[in-house]
Amino acid sequence: MVGGKTLLEVKNLKQYFPIRGGILGRTINHVKAVDDISFEVHQGETVSIVGESGCGKSTAGRSILRLEKPNNGNIIFDGVDLAKLQERAMRKKRGDIQIIFQDPYASLNPRRTVYQTIKEAMDIQNVGSKADRRRDIIKILETVGLGEHQMNHYPHQFSGGQRQRIGIARALSVRPKLIICDEAVSALDVSIQAQVLNLLKKLQKEYQLTYVFISHDLGVVRHISDRIIVMYLGKIMEIADKKALFNHPGHPYTYALLSSIPSTNMLEKKERIILHGDVPSPINPPKGCPFHTRCPFAIERCMYDLPPLHEVSEGQQVACHLAEEGIVDFVSLSREQEFSLTENQE
Amino acid sequence: MGTFIVRRLLQAIPVVLGVSFAVFMMMHLLPGDPAIIMAGEAAQPAQIEQMRVNLGLNDPILTQYWRYITNAIRGDLGTSIRTDMPVRNEIFDVRFATTVQLALVATAFSMFFGLIIGIVSVVWRRSFLDILLMLIALLGLSVPNFWLGVILINFFSLQMGWLPITGWGTPAQMVMPALMLGIGGSAVIARMTRASMLEVFNQDYIRTAYAKGASERIVIFRHALRNAMIPVITVVGLQFGFLLSGAVISETIFAINGLGRLMIQSLMNRDFPTAQGAILVCSLLFVLVNMCVDITYRFVNKRIDLN
Amino acid sequence: MADLKMKGNHVLEVEDLHTSFATDRGRVDAVNGITFAIDKGGTLGIVGESGSGKSVASLSILQLLEGTTAHIRKGQIRFMGQDLLTLSRAQMRKIRGNRIAMIFQEPMTSLNPTMTIGSQIAEPIIFHQGKNRRQAWNAAVEMLELVGMPEPRKRARQYPFELSGGMRQRVMIAIALACGPDVLICDEPTTALDVTIQAQILTLVKRLQREMGTSIIMITHDLGVIAETCDFVAVMYCGKIVEYTRAFNLFTDPKHPYSKGLLESIPSHEEDSDENLKTIEGTVPSPYELPPGCAFAPRCPYAKEICHETMPELDGEPEQKVRCHIYQTTSTESPTEGGTVASYIQISDMWKGEELW
Repeated sequence: MVGGKTLLEVKNLKQYFPIRGGILGRTINHVKAVDDISFEVHQGETVSIVGESGCGKSTAGRSILRLEKPNNGNIIFDGVDLAKLQERAMRKKRGDIQIIFQDPYASLNPRRTVYQTIKEAMDIQNVGSKADRRRDIIKILETVGLGEHQMNHYPHQFSGGQRQRIGIARALSVRPKLIICDEAVSALDVSIQAQVLNLLKKLQKEYQLTYVFISHDLGVVRHISDRIIVMYLGKIMEIADKKALFNHPGHPYTYALLSSIPSTNMLEKKERIILHGDVPSPINPPKGCPFHTRCPFAIERCMYDLPPLHEVSEGQQVACHLAEEGIVDFVSLSREQEFSLTENQE
Repeated sequence: MGTFIVRRLLQAIPVVLGVSFAVFMMMHLLPGDPAIIMAGEAAQPAQIEQMRVNLGLNDPILTQYWRYITNAIRGDLGTSIRTDMPVRNEIFDVRFATTVQLALVATAFSMFFGLIIGIVSVVWRRSFLDILLMLIALLGLSVPNFWLGVILINFFSLQMGWLPITGWGTPAQMVMPALMLGIGGSAVIARMTRASMLEVFNQDYIRTAYAKGASERIVIFRHALRNAMIPVITVVGLQFGFLLSGAVISETIFAINGLGRLMIQSLMNRDFPTAQGAILVCSLLFVLVNMCVDITYRFVNKRIDLN
Repeated sequence: MADLKMKGNHVLEVEDLHTSFATDRGRVDAVNGITFAIDKGGTLGIVGESGSGKSVASLSILQLLEGTTAHIRKGQIRFMGQDLLTLSRAQMRKIRGNRIAMIFQEPMTSLNPTMTIGSQIAEPIIFHQGKNRRQAWNAAVEMLELVGMPEPRKRARQYPFELSGGMRQRVMIAIALACGPDVLICDEPTTALDVTIQAQILTLVKRLQREMGTSIIMITHDLGVIAETCDFVAVMYCGKIVEYTRAFNLFTDPKHPYSKGLLESIPSHEEDSDENLKTIEGTVPSPYELPPGCAFAPRCPYAKEICHETMPELDGEPEQKVRCHIYQTTSTESPTEGGTVASYIQISDMWKGEELW
């Protein structure tokens, strides 16, 4: 799966939002939601973008779809730079890239039946022949686990999980190459979440789909991804294959993120880092490495020198000065430096 | 906060200019020629023409407007055709204060009763009392105020002889005009307060207050009321504006010498400068009140600062 | 359920609690006869998915359901031996925020936007400890310091919108603990927060619990939070407790098929999962059309005839109870050899990841 041809290449993407203020309402500053990020997505793989709220992961997803016009950078999808495309040409391209949102209820028109919703999407993108439309829609609905008898129901007649299936059906109906899942399973109860995740995996195999999966849930991410991008304050901290990221996280932030998740493993208690303080404001992000204000291992250089992403092991890139010479064992490092890693205690 | 007030003041400038322009144009669209009125019905065409030149009525309309507005900024609103007094004096000597007083008394009245009725119906929500009060409020909203004025006069003055029919100044004289003007407002405020309070009661922080062990009284007055007031303030501000227009009717009915009556009289008399001045001052007052509402709103609702 | 008479160290005992909502389509029994108890200084987790009734249960304890159509139909809520349901409104007010306090899921909306956080924390202190405004304000500043708020004096004068989500939840905790309550009910306290902030808040709650000896009821849908914080867990499904056990037992040896399915459908961040996650088939039944027997039977891969006919009792050892016919039959068949656990290991082998497709 991994190592297929590059489907999407994001280069130096910047997405700033102006903040207006003062007497005349001029732009006085920017929220640097996404600040110079670059990554690739290969055909048929699932790349996840993870991070806490405000890290820019959702904005990155929206920029790929050009729901926001990026301030800078290239979004090369299937050989075409979307960032430079005219709105009209972009609208056509949106058939190739679809998005599934967190709240399926808010993203479905409450006055349209499932059939109408999906038909509209297909009409706009002019997929398949009009004559076959009804048959096609039934087929898609069956693919996502809904029945023909539910075709004329309205969104409110479905449960949360079923609505998310409708969202998936709508995305699927225009035969996209890439689907961006923006917190697509976050609002669902775990038992339903598992059903939807299985569905996404099944569809990926069946239709050779490529996913950009945006989520804050690292358990879900571990299950579904091939590669993972960790973002913090608009910047990429680490890009790594799933195995590498979870087995030997290269960035202290990744390590802290992983160790913050409450564990259901009662038999083995691990040591953990609890980060202090809040994420700084993306309006005035810290100079140097954006993570240095919360990083327990920060050295002086981190305060003024922004570390670039560099490879620390095969398929693992980290933006951290400490990892310059390779992967760092944070547990032993913290012992050396006599940091007290907060024990996982009862 | 300071920035906000300055910005809000600057935003008011185009509104004021627009309003003054609209008023000016409307006056020009009205039938009747000020030159003929001033020169007298029996004047010769040459005299009328001379009057036109004197008044500057032959200039292009934009020039006239510009002259009017620059004079107005300096405080010169022209001269009344009827009384030959400066319009400024006509408006500000007595009448302005009277009308503002009337509007304030009516507002105070509508807020007092509106809030009490609103809170009472919330405290005993879904009870018979609540239904009754809201029915009364609906009635108060639906009754045309000129009709109400006549009924009030009939009852309080003619039948009971408790209150004087006309004039303004003594508390007794204020009761009926304020009642007539304020009753619609208090109905609106009562309904708004009730709806807004009920909405606030569904908020999470009200549950937090109960979870602290707060009594019903504290929850209502300290937690709910202040937050519920935010939309009510807007309504009160708007209501104040309507009171200004309502003043035209109440001042006529109760023979109160205020701005509203001045407006009517000067229009009837084709006293264009006075009418124009009175309407302009009323509009400015309306803009000013709305601005104050915005500022208060902002002050009460700190959350808006975020955006 | 008769053997559930709880004595001794229990601060709070809930017995056979029923809370129902009146709706247009009829009565909904959101909480349908739940019984649990909590020790002094202990932590009980109540876990379940949406619609399980866990939040309604927690609101019932403090009788915070006024203004809704809900009412407590039946049951006892004994705090220090006294049934809270028999108290007058005024007496109940003396309990709330004083002896039993509560924090809620949404720190963004749970604080009054037009009051400074200092005066919001001072409120319960004024209500319950008879202090004047100044004393209460100083106590509030101390509370802010206790919950790890930097610059507590300055923060006390700020409004909620000036604080981040994590800081607001600290304020909520300060409010709840201001009077040193015996019981703290946490209703999804970290669900709206990021993981690194969640870790801070959970650590804080645990530290304060140790220092103050507070008993905690932790309501959550997140089994990780349960594992990190609780001694005992009640798993709820459709208004009933289906399993009540030590947290350790739930995660190492779940008994009820629902608990088991729940645990298995969470993708773990700690180990690789199978290609397909195990799922619980179907969806939670509508509260208007609960099945006649066990509410989980329609989704249960082991359901037998009896499961569809009668609701099983919550039965077993005092520290490990399960509401399941399969469990009960196997335990009566081999009551002596501690065979209940053994039979469940077999069941866990039977549990094959049911694919939806």
